[in-house]
Amino acid sequence: MSEVLLQLEGVHTHIGPYHILHGVDCAIPAGGLTVLLGRNGAGKTTTLRTIMGLWQASSGRIRFDGLDISKAPTPDIARAGIAYVPESMAIFTDLTVRENIVLAARSGPVDSGRLDWMLGLFPALKRFWNLPAGNLSGGQKQMLAIARAIAEPRRLLLVDEPTKGLAPVMVRSMIEAFRALKAAGETILLVEQNFYAASALGDHVLVMDDGRIAHSGAMSDLVADPVLQQRLLGLSLDAHQ
Amino acid sequence: MTDIATNAADTAELPRARTDWLPLLLVPALALLALPFIGNPSSWVTLTVAGLAMGMMIFLMASGLTLVFGLMDIINFGHGVFISLGAYATLIVLGPLAAWGQADSLGLNLALMGLCILVAMALTAAVGAVFERVIVRPVYGSHLKQILVTMGGLIVTEQAIHAIWGASPIPIALPASLRGAYVLGDIVMERYRVFAVVIGLVVFAGMELLLNRTRIGLLIRAGVENPEMVEALGYRIRRLFVSVFVAGSALAGLGGVMWAFYRQTLTAGMGMEVMVLVFIVIIIGGLGSVGGCFVGSLLVALVANYVGFLAPKLALISNILVMALVLVWRPQGLFPVARR
Ligand SMILES: Nc1ncnc2c1ncn2[C@@H]1O[C@H](COP(=O)(O)OP(=O)(O)O)[C@@H](O)[C@H]1O
Ligand SMILES: [Mg+2]
Repeated sequence: MSEVLLQLEGVHTHIGPYHILHGVDCAIPAGGLTVLLGRNGAGKTTTLRTIMGLWQASSGRIRFDGLDISKAPTPDIARAGIAYVPESMAIFTDLTVRENIVLAARSGPVDSGRLDWMLGLFPALKRFWNLPAGNLSGGQKQMLAIARAIAEPRRLLLVDEPTKGLAPVMVRSMIEAFRALKAAGETILLVEQNFYAASALGDHVLVMDDGRIAHSGAMSDLVADPVLQQRLLGLSLDAHQ
Repeated sequence: MTDIATNAADTAELPRARTDWLPLLLVPALALLALPFIGNPSSWVTLTVAGLAMGMMIFLMASGLTLVFGLMDIINFGHGVFISLGAYATLIVLGPLAAWGQADSLGLNLALMGLCILVAMALTAAVGAVFERVIVRPVYGSHLKQILVTMGGLIVTEQAIHAIWGASPIPIALPASLRGAYVLGDIVMERYRVFAVVIGLVVFAGMELLLNRTRIGLLIRAGVENPEMVEALGYRIRRLFVSVFVAGSALAGLGGVMWAFYRQTLTAGMGMEVMVLVFIVIIIGGLGSVGGCFVGSLLVALVANYVGFLAPKLALISNILVMALVLVWRPQGLFPVARR
């Protein structure tokens, strides 16, 4: 396995009085795409939010490229090179598509090569460039949320359920976009409930249950092992294709 | 580069940009509607100019508060104190330079107004910075504490005004060229009201330019909608918030100066007295919306003037009535600001 980019060691997170993460341990290697699977309420979103500093870990350690970010404020974590696409997408609906991208490129104007690359991934954004982002469809909003995350070079993308609620044709487009991102060398931690998408994209897989990592390994091993799938996810790949 | 994600997206209908004109039309519509009731066109012009002037002053006093609320979800009951403080700051200038106001020179008169505004904004900005640091910062996230603590700040600052400038009302004089009225036939427009309309328009245009054409403006608009995501993009929203709080205090100071010369009397409670109107217009406008605050201010003030003329007994409840009607039409205010 290659060099570890992000490491969580015994991470516990409380939200108010609720104990949500019960000691999450995992390592995300640099390069490639790691899928985080797990049933609803397992703690996937909470894990991403904790990495991003949006919830403060109550104990444990989060290290990004050797740097301890467990106590760092969110803006510093973003500046260290982590981009976040939340489950809600959180695009700025009152701003135009262009303004959303302009804000996302914090260190200055997006260079034209990068812009062409982004708009090549998501051509729809070019057509709606000067429209308020609130007018976009769900799939287009998702594209904008991802484009915003790659508007400037980052070292790790955290993406929370990008295919949720999308029509099958959009899911396929999304998978293609992630393939292109992988080909461009991005490191991605992807929360994905759609096992078809997850298995098509994942190099590595983490399975979460009840606030802990229940399984960690190569995606190919999980795909090849229906018994393991059944045990971890209660589903078989065939049934969901 | 592979052309991806096209099929689904490109067959979709091109969404049209929706500009929401309706609330903007309310102001001229209201003015036209009032004309037949008032009957006499010259009274109508006078009332309308008075209403617009009043509205602009309310807008100046309210615009900062709506941004502070929108951006950080802070309820600042102490905002009124910056209005009073701005008003009293004119004394710092009027003391030594009273002669400029009596001089028969438009230049000197306007310079005096300009200095009053500058000093008031500088003072309220400075006090705003302290207020944010000492009073507001410890109570993020708890509305109840914010109300109590900012009320406390209000009382302390009002008492400080009493201690410094005394408790009795202080009369101030308008600069000579802003007294009196422009008369066109039988239409009479008070000069100071016209001046207030001009200042209000300039500030509104400046704010719209800042919010729509600059990076800091984009950040403020984005922050009003989703502060958490702004932080996740790597911006330290805390600094942005302090700047907005300070700017909002300075704007209240400017409003205070304009309001002071309008009343020509200073009292420490004058800021608190207009706060009811201020809260009404930011609720009407949609919390966090500067455009909404502008339209709301004009509506409330015009209605107050027309109703005051037509049915003085109803004047007291006309504001509440306007608010109720707007909220029935749009429960989130004229320009609802999307939040998470
Ligand atoms: N803001 C919150 N307040 C209280 N409980 C929460 C909050 N957010 C999530 N939870 C709880 O934390 C658990 C994990 O949620 P989440 O991380 O969203 O799961 P997943 O993303 O895997 O579906 C769930 O039981 C959920 O009810
Ligand atoms: Mg989730």
